[in-house]
Amino acid sequence: MSDTSPKNGFNVVGTSPIRPDGLDKVTGRAQFADDFHLPNMLHGKILRSPHAHARILSIDTSAAEALPGVRAVVTGADFPAVRHELLNQGTAGVLNIREMSENCMAKDKVLYDGHALAAVAADNPHDAELAVNLIKVEYELLPPVMNVRAAMADDAPVIHEDFHPGGFIAPTEKYLPNASRLQLGNGDPEQGFAEADLVLEREYTAETIHQGYIESHVTTVTWDSNDYVTVWTATQGQFALRDHLADIIQVPISNINVVPLEIGGGFGGKERLYIDPVAAFLSKKSQCPVKIAMRRDEVFRATGPSSGTYIKLKFGVKQDGTLTAAHLHMAYEAGAYAGGPLFLGVMSATSRYNIPNIHIDGFDVIVNKPTMRPYRAPGAPQALFAVEQMIDELACELGMDPIEFRMKNLMRSGDRLVPGFPLAPIDTEKMMETVKAHPHYQAPLEGANRGRGLAYSIWFNIGEISSARMQVNPDGSVTLATASPDLSGTRISLAMQAAETLGIDVEQVSPTVSDTQSIGFSLPSVGSRTTYSTGAVVCEVAQEILKQMCERAVLLWETDAGQVSVENGVFSNKAEPGQTITFNELAARMFETGGPISHHRTGHTQSFIPGTAAHLVDVEVDPETGKVDILRYTVFQDVGKAVHPDYVEGQMQGAAVQGIGMALNEEYFYDDEGRLKNASLLDYRLPTSLDVPMLETVVLESPNPAHPFGVRGCGEISIAPPPAAIANAIYDAVGVRLYSMPMAPRKVCAAVKAAEPAKAA
Amino acid sequence: MKDFQYLAPRRLDEAAALMAEHAGSAQLLAGGTDLLIFMRNGRKSPEVVIDAKKIPELTRLQLDAGRLTIGAAVSCRTVWEHPEIIEKFPALADAATLIGGIQIQGRATFGGNLCNAAPSADTVPPVIVYGATAHIASARGERQAPVEEICTGPGLTSLAPDEILVSLSIPAPQANSGAAFLRFIPRNEMDIAVANAAARVDLDETGETISAARIAIGAVAPVPLYVEAAGAALAGKPVNDGSIASAARIARDASTPINDMRGTVEHRKQLVEVLTARALRRACDRARGEKIQ
Repeated sequence: MSDTSPKNGFNVVGTSPIRPDGLDKVTGRAQFADDFHLPNMLHGKILRSPHAHARILSIDTSAAEALPGVRAVVTGADFPAVRHELLNQGTAGVLNIREMSENCMAKDKVLYDGHALAAVAADNPHDAELAVNLIKVEYELLPPVMNVRAAMADDAPVIHEDFHPGGFIAPTEKYLPNASRLQLGNGDPEQGFAEADLVLEREYTAETIHQGYIESHVTTVTWDSNDYVTVWTATQGQFALRDHLADIIQVPISNINVVPLEIGGGFGGKERLYIDPVAAFLSKKSQCPVKIAMRRDEVFRATGPSSGTYIKLKFGVKQDGTLTAAHLHMAYEAGAYAGGPLFLGVMSATSRYNIPNIHIDGFDVIVNKPTMRPYRAPGAPQALFAVEQMIDELACELGMDPIEFRMKNLMRSGDRLVPGFPLAPIDTEKMMETVKAHPHYQAPLEGANRGRGLAYSIWFNIGEISSARMQVNPDGSVTLATASPDLSGTRISLAMQAAETLGIDVEQVSPTVSDTQSIGFSLPSVGSRTTYSTGAVVCEVAQEILKQMCERAVLLWETDAGQVSVENGVFSNKAEPGQTITFNELAARMFETGGPISHHRTGHTQSFIPGTAAHLVDVEVDPETGKVDILRYTVFQDVGKAVHPDYVEGQMQGAAVQGIGMALNEEYFYDDEGRLKNASLLDYRLPTSLDVPMLETVVLESPNPAHPFGVRGCGEISIAPPPAAIANAIYDAVGVRLYSMPMAPRKVCAAVKAAEPAKAA
Repeated sequence: MKDFQYLAPRRLDEAAALMAEHAGSAQLLAGGTDLLIFMRNGRKSPEVVIDAKKIPELTRLQLDAGRLTIGAAVSCRTVWEHPEIIEKFPALADAATLIGGIQIQGRATFGGNLCNAAPSADTVPPVIVYGATAHIASARGERQAPVEEICTGPGLTSLAPDEILVSLSIPAPQANSGAAFLRFIPRNEMDIAVANAAARVDLDETGETISAARIAIGAVAPVPLYVEAAGAALAGKPVNDGSIASAARIARDASTPINDMRGTVEHRKQLVEVLTARALRRACDRARGEKIQ
């Protein structure tokens, strides 16, 4: 048997080659979904509810249908009735197809401002828009329910007469008319609080936020005369989209091909369909391809943002800094339908500290907002905003250094996580020691109204199902296809893992992302899984390719199986010292040794791979205006192994910037009627390049045993610590705690003012 | 967006005739940075769009014996790239540089900003404190008005439907005069003012006493607000924290802000006081010859 195991020293992994898609993206040549056109293609536009909560009494589309240039009109009546069918998606949980369908096109009720209820396909976008505005709808207005506390109140209007508890990863149980519940715990909290020397209780809130990807949702769909449906779109998961679409439009899965195009940002928000079934039915009716492109305001109003929350904490600690007990009440918005990021919020809330007695009471709460969808480390920023502030407040009260306090309670590999299983191997102590020794932590911070804050996080990366197909070509080049859309440079990071395993140059490997007809099933590019999970499968495929090539060399050299070994792309014959052949030479002779060399594999990798991150930030607060400026920011992150260090740093910085945005300014702003008032990039205040300094990065590498090179995944975790780190820095700067996110200037200013009399006294 | 007719007259009288013909259904287009967005989102649906950028009187930028004339269709970028204007009228540059990015600044105009009549318009408080006069033309003749009389409410002006804003003219600044404009936005760029404030001070020859002052504030009332009383309170007062604080207090008390997605009443009142005081200090520093960018 040939020796194809990976070496300790890397040739490709750990370098930073230029990504194959980079130049075309910066020059505008890359084909995004809106660049895609077909002959006879029509343009679809969607009529959306201006009301947050209303019953649809009637929809009159006659004027729209009469408009010249209009080829098809659809409403909820064109969507087949589907049962509350739960589609099993492995660890992604179970999904309710009926609710997914009604989220794409309302039938009886509209549940949020922006809920789709009719659509038109016309010869051009202009006519389609005119026609949409001719559709008349009669509504019976119902009272809107706009936040979790209102939805859980005794007299809350009921949004669904009957709802099915959310199934995002972990099931919940129906608990209130608008809420389902998830409880986890360990030990005896009552006893734990009795043992505590200090008990703090605090309440924290957060507003609804959006991923803010720059590319809006765009899809082009054809439904042909054989009921074959083809979708060209930007998606994080072509297979998830295919399977959901099949259930909604009721054609066999095998009739659907989803072709993923370049994606302009997803961050969790592009793993679900919104407009694809609408375009499909418009195409079926018009017998033409139909493209739908969402406007920015539609993206904000009607895709899948992340939850506003209400979190109430009670923590107990001994004088020596040992945490004894915690109670967490965590209510997350689900939006219009159940199934928000509650479980991941619960999972990430305290999973880095050992708290012997703990009870977490989680609520998935239905409100009249769009259905919440994952956003980069879903649920974690809101949870950490609460818990990491509480940790800082406890440390301050005890007069302990925030790192010493965390060290005292630090969870290490093997310690029991709240859901019951042990923390997988990772060096958590080294993370803390690295922060403590870093020049940023050691540097004095001088000047009025300046402060420093720290937050620490463990996040769990997903593994599960990935597919890869590799083919060696006679010229020595290697074609690598996967089913994992490239959100962040994963084509190059996968090609690098292939090249490392094969012992060839990365330039020899051409990585592509395949459509659903051309490769095996894969879970979407979510959960920081692509470089880790798909990477592990790519390595397995590469190992198989090497094995096949060794067999070819055996044939060529007429030697015994097991006599051929390969190292750094050179095959050699143990039986005949000096007899070698390079990868390229052997590839050139494939047709005299048995034909093409290729392999396809659908593999499975372990989930809940931990990653750690600590963020350290210095801020300056203008107490007169409430504005917070970030002076210095360092992201420490354990990524297992940085396959492509430049892009890993980019992930760390990009995630931190999004966390900074939600910390300081991002929020959905609804009026009293439940209408979204800031559905634009002008008024939904994403950070600009002028709002963040250069973010320093410190990459730690404690290997993940579940991956051949030790990769953990790195895309999500660093979005979680910024809100808490900044809150702790604001406290250090001006002595006030901000319990409400975003920590917008108006709130900082009010908190400073409120503290003034106390200070003077 | 509804279909519309686009017209591009090359003479002022021609434009005035078109405005008279289509009064009520026509919109003048300068940079279009507001109008095109309103047409796309349905807030405005003009049947006729008349381009102002080919009319000589509206595109003229002139500094004549210290007096500045800004044609209504002159872009912000053109104004603040003019070194002499920046030196003599620094508050105009303060505002023009804050608006949008480079591309928006290349389109957006002082005249358009005034006629759009947003309470938060960044270029309006500076032209108010500089004592600008608006020159207005129509087929019926020409007239002039103090610039603070143009805006009458959010999106509303004192211009008749057939009238065209031709230019703004600003008298030459006195010796020992300085002005400044500040705005507050939650981010550092690409945002609409939560509140803004402009101040101009004329100091006496000692540089220690304020002989006259004008203050205007924005995003805190239905219109960009000229607070005459705040300026008047400073006449004859020494340049010190006390006099600046009391003028800022008057500006605060004159404000009548609303709660909306961009800010709260409480925060806006606080901000307008802080910004007025800071703008006054900066204006005094400039009056004393300090160069502050």
